[in-house]
Amino acid sequence: MPNKTFFWFFLPTGLAMILFIGLPIISTGIQSFYAQHDQVVKEVKKCDPFGCTVSIVVDNEETTKLREAKPLGKFNGFGTYVDRNHLAIDEIKKFWNETESFGAFVDQVTNLPFYKALIFTLTYCLFVTPNVLLLGFIIALSLNAVARKIRGPLIFGTILPMIVTPLVGSLVLFWMIDSQGIIGANIQNLMNDPYLSLKSSKTLTWITIIIYGIWHHSPFAFVVFYAALQTVPQEPVEAAIIDGASRFQRIKHIVLPHIYPVVTFVALISLMDNFRVFEPIIGFSAEGSAQSLSWLIYDNLVNEEVILFGSAAATSMMTIVGIAILLAPVLIRTWKEFKTAR
Amino acid sequence: MRKILVTLLFLLFGTSAFADCNIKSGSINILANDFPALRTFVETSKQCKGSADFKVTHSSEHNKIAVPALTANPSEFSARIAANSSIVPLMNQDLIRPLDDLVKKYGKGIQDSQLITIDGKVMAVAFMANTQHLYYREDVLKDLGIAVPKTYEEVVAASEKIRASGKMQYPYAAAYKAGWNLAEEFVNMFIGHGGEFFKAGGAQPNINNAKGVATLNMLKKLSELSNPDYLTHDSEAIKVEWESGNVALMTLWASRSGTLLDDEGDPNITEATKLTGPATVGGGNIPAATLWWDGFTLAKNRSDADAEATFRALAHAASNKKMVADAADQAVWLVEGFVPGPKSIGVIEAVKMGAKPYPMLPQMGLMHGALGSEIVEFLQGKESAEQALKDVEAAYISKAKEQGFL
Repeated sequence: MPNKTFFWFFLPTGLAMILFIGLPIISTGIQSFYAQHDQVVKEVKKCDPFGCTVSIVVDNEETTKLREAKPLGKFNGFGTYVDRNHLAIDEIKKFWNETESFGAFVDQVTNLPFYKALIFTLTYCLFVTPNVLLLGFIIALSLNAVARKIRGPLIFGTILPMIVTPLVGSLVLFWMIDSQGIIGANIQNLMNDPYLSLKSSKTLTWITIIIYGIWHHSPFAFVVFYAALQTVPQEPVEAAIIDGASRFQRIKHIVLPHIYPVVTFVALISLMDNFRVFEPIIGFSAEGSAQSLSWLIYDNLVNEEVILFGSAAATSMMTIVGIAILLAPVLIRTWKEFKTAR
Repeated sequence: MRKILVTLLFLLFGTSAFADCNIKSGSINILANDFPALRTFVETSKQCKGSADFKVTHSSEHNKIAVPALTANPSEFSARIAANSSIVPLMNQDLIRPLDDLVKKYGKGIQDSQLITIDGKVMAVAFMANTQHLYYREDVLKDLGIAVPKTYEEVVAASEKIRASGKMQYPYAAAYKAGWNLAEEFVNMFIGHGGEFFKAGGAQPNINNAKGVATLNMLKKLSELSNPDYLTHDSEAIKVEWESGNVALMTLWASRSGTLLDDEGDPNITEATKLTGPATVGGGNIPAATLWWDGFTLAKNRSDADAEATFRALAHAASNKKMVADAADQAVWLVEGFVPGPKSIGVIEAVKMGAKPYPMLPQMGLMHGALGSEIVEFLQGKESAEQALKDVEAAYISKAKEQGFL
């Protein structure tokens, strides 16, 4: 496509992207450098049905004046980024100097909210993405091999997990793993431990969420791989069969190289999706044991009665940076291939 | 015959004339939490809507919606049913209007004790009181010869005895869901130990001390006697546990007693369910519980006509003797004419024992939030009590700095 055609072709999409993705990100970025004004409080008498007390309230007149003068708040620079609830630079320095062994240092660092969330998010990505790719590929290969008559219903059944809303899917599993639910009770029986609870143990909660993630995301990989498999040319496959290549050899040397660009695409998309893991944490009520970066943002915005815009904005920006870092190797590789292909 | 007809006519017209407050215009849109007493309250106010628009949103997620919805101008809701904790963010952001003029004009039946005044201005009108207190299974305690517990130490001893008897595996329940609920249990227990959340005259935290440690240790003991999934159980979940007969001792909101004791479920369990005051802890004499009021506030970013219509409808309910007589089981109403029934015993005992109200401080929401996420690891046994409290304070300080309180 000539560059000029491409430009006009892309323009509407580009404008929409700037409007709905670019500008909000810029606005979030600016927000992350600001904190609330210093609160002006005053002592007043408060009376309710249980009696009167003297205590403090926010002085709204003074606050309004401050807000009108500087609507964005107090400039805080990278203050929010480095505070204890985010990168915690000072705390980490302190731990480094105070702790005696490296293990103790790691313990202290992983106790900080941002790093706790980062570790869960990365673990989730690292376990879910490869398994989704593998499982999706295996399902696609198997379905490609079954008789055409039953293929339709089988495909429909396979993509069901993707059709089910994440929240509903996780809630169903949540009730099943309850200590009185069908899975939870059976595991207790098997292990002969009446106190075993999938929901109270951190490790088991993580495993549950990861398994749920694989279950939910595999159909996506399957659909894309299945479509790609339809484009594999038959001649080389037949030639390979005549040459006596086994099924495994055919897949390794013919099918995989052919659908390789699609694999990269699925890997990219799942990495991005998984880094933003959020719904299962809410669905499983797993806030106690598993927190992700997206959950931190949600927590700052809604869980407190006071909304922390600065904190939420800073975590959002760091999530974007995180995704960029994760995707960098794949993107660089694609770029190189793109160049050599020319 | 004529007499009957007259009575019928009187009933028919009498009630409708009584109910209709003759509101001519304006639109009413209410945001409220979702439990039976609040539904009754809102329904009662609807009777008098006249020709005004009337909409209501009952949601247990009301806390998450309130501030954004009332910040908009004009705001989505004309009224918000708030409590001592949830009025604070509305006050902090200056989102609700003083009600003095409306109370003077239309608040005839409202008692002075119902008015929440802050700095001399009426900011809310309370209509019910609430607290968390003990529920017990009379049959189970009697069988094992256990006296009704008065302190949390006795609750622990009683639960251990019930477990040892083999009757129940997890005899105790309370809403320990990580987040708001768990933090609320900490707040109760800390106040029961005589703790103060902030250093005098400021917003510096004051929980990393012996009282904080004692609070956490008691929460842990109780959690070990609860269903292992306790970190995912909110009030609704433990109510279900209770109705399935898995629990013999429970700390739950007074406002939930109505649905707990209704006709649904096993009649034997319902019959054996008894209410008592909140327990004390650590030898203290004030209960480990906080007193709450529920009341209505009006949004600032709404027209005067809407505010007037909304106030008149809600004031109709907040001074309605018929409602409190009909729904005497649902709540401890603060409205004139309320005769406390057996289900009000928890709140009345709490007031008698000198329970403290939930602290109505501008920075309390941040402390509550920090508690809800940072004490989980202690309960899971991954962290010492001192470390957990240190984490709470550190998390709180960062947030309070960002929010301008420190």
